[in-house]
Amino acid sequence: MITELTGVLVTIALWLALGAILGRYLASALQSPSERGVPHWSDHLFGPFERVLYRLIGMDAEAPMTWRTYAGWLLASNALMALFVYAGLCSMGQLPLNPDHVPGMEPSLAFNSAASFIANTNLQHYSGESGMSYFGQLFLLMFLQFTSAASGMAVFIAVCRALRNRESANVGNFIGDLVRSIVRVLLPLSLVTAVLLMAAGCPMTFKGAAEYTGIDGTSGRIARGPVAALVAIKHWGTNGGGFFGANSTHPFENPNYLSNMLEVIVPITIPLAAVWAFGYITRRRRVAAAIFSAMAVILFTGAAFAMWQEWRGNISASALGFQQPLGNYEGKEVRFGVMASAWFTAVTTATSCGAVNNMHDSLTPLAGLVPLTNMWVNCVFGGVGVGFINMFLYIVLTVFIAGLMVGRTPEFLGKKIEVREVKLAGLAILAHPALILLPLAITCAVPAWNNSTNPGAHGFTEMLYEYTSAAANNGSGFEGLNDAVGQPWWNISTGLVMLFARYIPIIAPLAIAASLGQKKTVPESVGTFRTDNVLFVILLLGVIGVIGALLFLPVAVLGPIAEFLSQIKGVVR
Amino acid sequence: MKIFVISVRLTIVLMVLCSGLYSVVVWGIGRAAFPWRSEGSLVVRNGRVAGSALIGQEFTSPRYFQGRPSAVGYNAAGSGGSNMGPTNPALLARFSDATTSAVLLGDQVTTGTVAFDSVSASGSGLDPDITPANAGQQAARVAKTRGMATEAVQQLIREHTRAPLLGCLGPARVNVLALNLALDSASAPMKSVIGK
Repeated sequence: MITELTGVLVTIALWLALGAILGRYLASALQSPSERGVPHWSDHLFGPFERVLYRLIGMDAEAPMTWRTYAGWLLASNALMALFVYAGLCSMGQLPLNPDHVPGMEPSLAFNSAASFIANTNLQHYSGESGMSYFGQLFLLMFLQFTSAASGMAVFIAVCRALRNRESANVGNFIGDLVRSIVRVLLPLSLVTAVLLMAAGCPMTFKGAAEYTGIDGTSGRIARGPVAALVAIKHWGTNGGGFFGANSTHPFENPNYLSNMLEVIVPITIPLAAVWAFGYITRRRRVAAAIFSAMAVILFTGAAFAMWQEWRGNISASALGFQQPLGNYEGKEVRFGVMASAWFTAVTTATSCGAVNNMHDSLTPLAGLVPLTNMWVNCVFGGVGVGFINMFLYIVLTVFIAGLMVGRTPEFLGKKIEVREVKLAGLAILAHPALILLPLAITCAVPAWNNSTNPGAHGFTEMLYEYTSAAANNGSGFEGLNDAVGQPWWNISTGLVMLFARYIPIIAPLAIAASLGQKKTVPESVGTFRTDNVLFVILLLGVIGVIGALLFLPVAVLGPIAEFLSQIKGVVR
Repeated sequence: MKIFVISVRLTIVLMVLCSGLYSVVVWGIGRAAFPWRSEGSLVVRNGRVAGSALIGQEFTSPRYFQGRPSAVGYNAAGSGGSNMGPTNPALLARFSDATTSAVLLGDQVTTGTVAFDSVSASGSGLDPDITPANAGQQAARVAKTRGMATEAVQQLIREHTRAPLLGCLGPARVNVLALNLALDSASAPMKSVIGK
């Protein structure tokens, strides 16, 4: 237990350090050279290459855009990429780089996959080694992993710009932000990580599956492929879509404890760095610290709880007399251990990564509540870029409520929060539970669509988790749910949920921030409600708890809590 | 419209960069610096591929150490876990069945003493490792089947137990294929003597 716990603590320390360093870098590298005023070393390194790209693309990357234009570019470019990938997925059988002769995808599955990857979710209703060719993995899915992540980072920078603006409607240039996110951040970091993963043992080959004859007589085929390249961006971009069906439980995707540390630090580093970068760009580092504190409280409380519950083991198995000195081992891998698995579960659902190093369907009931809660509140560091701007929605509401309580006009960073901003924030925040609970209710009403393979309350949790994961753009799942081949309802419903859940909370904060950016700054006085102290953090957590979590109490009781209660009563259903 | 034309060019440029150039560079580095690992860490014995150092495989004979239960029968072309919830009766039944199988194979275990990873399935179905406790509970049976001293088998286990990273991070583990290959090498000299 000591070495497992130490491993997690060292992992956390490394993550915090890396996030702080990257935060400084992001603040400078993601801004365009002209708006920054001062040159940055990344301009010299990447500038010339970027200028070649802008010429090839045919766009002036310094041209200003209003938030409407910016959002238009985001939607148009994303839509085109998704359509392209949809067509590619349907025709994989005729495309090159297909040594294992995988056929094209069925249309509803192709729709789901294209929607899933453009929405940075990477929900996979297919299994990588049997359902995807190498061309599909690299040129269709991995392509969207880069561009969806960069799209989120671009909007994040636009929001920061708008919050810094004084009476300006310019939120930046979408193409410039997109290209800089890829060239200066995602590509270099992915390259270094891919090399480290190959050193750990991740394959990177274009050869087909390897045939083997085991020493005890069994024979078979070992699927492999260009794994390392994809896994690197899968984590950096909080994508989470694995090369193999078993994701990061697969030894080729996550070979040892070191690769596991890498794969659990990386997805939450840019989201952490984004918080610090916001602080640098708006020159409000204390506000950034307050936001970090709120996120950290939720993350660490949940993770500690999950680790404790998992270490206690499966109560039903204990009741039969089994000893679990190393914790609840079902669905776990020996090389990671239960503690690192629980930490991974917490991190992967706090962010919008969704990669798994243990099978979530086999988590103990209360431990399973932690990934669900993280996704329900959807603001604990979150996806690259979008996590921060989702927290921004909660901040707007918190500031509004605080303003009501003291009878002052609410303001954030010196800008008044008025009716328009609060309406947008409220609608965007309510979209999330609506997109989870409404489709879930419909699904429960139609028996043919109840495809759980686990009986009782746990089966309900499987379906709840699927819509939660889609709405949070996470992509992990309780994989006992039969949502794979031949399930048009699940493909189409989750596909639509993912798209709405991606673009509503990405455009609403942009609109709000742009609206604030056009206002005059109100000078700070002794009566201003401060957004950088402990009281604000407590209030923010309260608002997140009441608005974000309370809505889900009924379904939490129907699923995980009911299952836990049946365990301790000894009634196994 | 301008937006769509530029979006097409954007798609092509980024695809060539991110999917084409990036993949080739990673592949090139892998080929140059990690050739064995890039191809899947394949273990070759007697001129044939006997498996991968990273991927678990099926062992059923009592002369070998057994790996963990696998929900996909160690099918390395179709990974997966059991995805059974903690209160699922089928899961609890499998815990008991796996304990019975171990006893039938020759291990002296009961419900209260069996190493839990030997009755629980891994997430990938391809876990190449077992815990040291799991190896320990199989040592006596393996030694007896092969006519080796139990102490010699336990020594082999110790040699093939990988300590936590840097001595303090994460769990210890035993790679089943490596251990079984070492067993075969250790037994072989005895066989050749008997053969004469």
